[in-house]
Amino acid sequence: MRNFSTAPAPHILGADPVSRVMRDVLLGLVPVVIVYVIFFGVGVIVNILIAAIVCVGCEAAIMKMRNRDVQLYVGDLSALVCASLLALALPPVTPWYVTVTGSLFAIVVAKHLYGGLGFNTFNPAMVGYVVLLIAFPVPMADLWLSPVGDGPGIGATLAAIFTGSPPVAGWDAVTMATPLDRVQGDLARGMMMTEVMADPVMDSAVVSAWTWINIAALAGGIYLMFRGVVRWHIPVSVLLGLAVMATLFNISNPDQYPSAWFHLTNGSAVLGAFFIATDPVSAATSRRGRLIYGAGIGVLIYVIRTWGAYPDGVAFAVLLLNMAVPAIDYFTIPRAYGEQRERK
Amino acid sequence: MSELVVILLGTVLVNNFVLTKFLGLCPFMGVSGKLETAIGMSLATTFVLTLSAAMSYLLERYLLEPFDLAYLRIIAFILVIAAVVQFTEIMVEKISPLLHRVLGIYLPLITTNCAVLGVALLNVQASHSFIESLFYGFGAAVGFSLVLVMFAAIRERLEVADVPAAFQGAAIGLITAGLMSLAFMGFTGMANR
Repeated sequence: MRNFSTAPAPHILGADPVSRVMRDVLLGLVPVVIVYVIFFGVGVIVNILIAAIVCVGCEAAIMKMRNRDVQLYVGDLSALVCASLLALALPPVTPWYVTVTGSLFAIVVAKHLYGGLGFNTFNPAMVGYVVLLIAFPVPMADLWLSPVGDGPGIGATLAAIFTGSPPVAGWDAVTMATPLDRVQGDLARGMMMTEVMADPVMDSAVVSAWTWINIAALAGGIYLMFRGVVRWHIPVSVLLGLAVMATLFNISNPDQYPSAWFHLTNGSAVLGAFFIATDPVSAATSRRGRLIYGAGIGVLIYVIRTWGAYPDGVAFAVLLLNMAVPAIDYFTIPRAYGEQRERK
Repeated sequence: MSELVVILLGTVLVNNFVLTKFLGLCPFMGVSGKLETAIGMSLATTFVLTLSAAMSYLLERYLLEPFDLAYLRIIAFILVIAAVVQFTEIMVEKISPLLHRVLGIYLPLITTNCAVLGVALLNVQASHSFIESLFYGFGAAVGFSLVLVMFAAIRERLEVADVPAAFQGAAIGLITAGLMSLAFMGFTGMANR
């Protein structure tokens, strides 16, 4: 007869360390970075490096000031994830001081003033991005490179980031409004959707570049779900919330409201759904709470894109729902097994 | 009808009284320590704010305007607000002692909530009609309540967070309020008025 070991619970040992989760998130971002580099050049890698140096440096400095174990806290890679997400949200030739400001705000104010990883109410990367949107509206909107044609080379990209000097042909030759930005502006000028689609920005090559970026984000997101880092509730409810809103308005008036497909394949909806909204610290925790939280983000992305002053609403939507998370968690405490509902 | 919806959404989200007009900050910081008290305060404020918006409209329209007494506006409004608050307290105590116990001390506190006076004065400034004033007051109160309840839930969580010593308590509360205000910037451009 075989002897089975009869150890008491817990039988499953070794919880995932934070660094494993964060490493998976970084790996999941790789496809997005590759597609970004293909369409927008190496600027995004420079931005990630700048943000990573600032974020990790600040985190180490703060941990040292607070007499904590620097290696333990920096080693969990969460600062690198925050830096990458912030850098991916920025235009590819953002001046270096903009990236540094955003990173400082993200890591110092949004993360470490709240006590560091595990306590931050707001998603640090999105706080940094929103601060930049408000403080530097011009570079944030005007420095998106055109994904078609020859972009500035490596030298010109570095020169643009570090000295602010425009490429030889001038900014107008290489930059172009993002499709989301253009659609919002044109619709506000009273154009019909068919007229907007005739615009050169809506050229199929440009639109497919943004579609590829979102497909890469989807691939990374599926990897995260496969690895068990992300549960399905938040990404699915974010995308459904956005798609349902877009479809309803698109059916009611196709001339005024672009389709759900347009909303899902443009901007950072997919990246936001899988990588940003799912931040385990600032997202809701109960299953019901996660569905409410995700759907709220999806609906708000649509509302801000359609009626707001900013072309993309992912960052604002995530922050607004982060703000509501403690209340959502409070009102959606799951019922323990066997517990009777209170009779009124 | 759509006009009223715009007023309502505008005051709740776009021009939120606490986060974009910075009115009513004292109860926002003061009563947000616990979620239950915040909910009580929200209910009381909603009732008083709506009623006082209507009352101050009537006062402005039928007393201050015809007799050319606009220079007495602030004093007159404060008086009306104090009276409405007192009236509310007496009524609630008679009609529902339970509710009175829940709202308790928050009722008199509302007199000093500058959002209440702010709504009354802004209604005059925007020359709203009676129904518009009512909706403006109600929207302001709902916006105040929404933000207060969310903020209280956040602060309950911050109580147990590992916040650096220098930022504990009111400091991190104010930083949070600032970040909330930042997030509400996302609504700019909607319901312009």
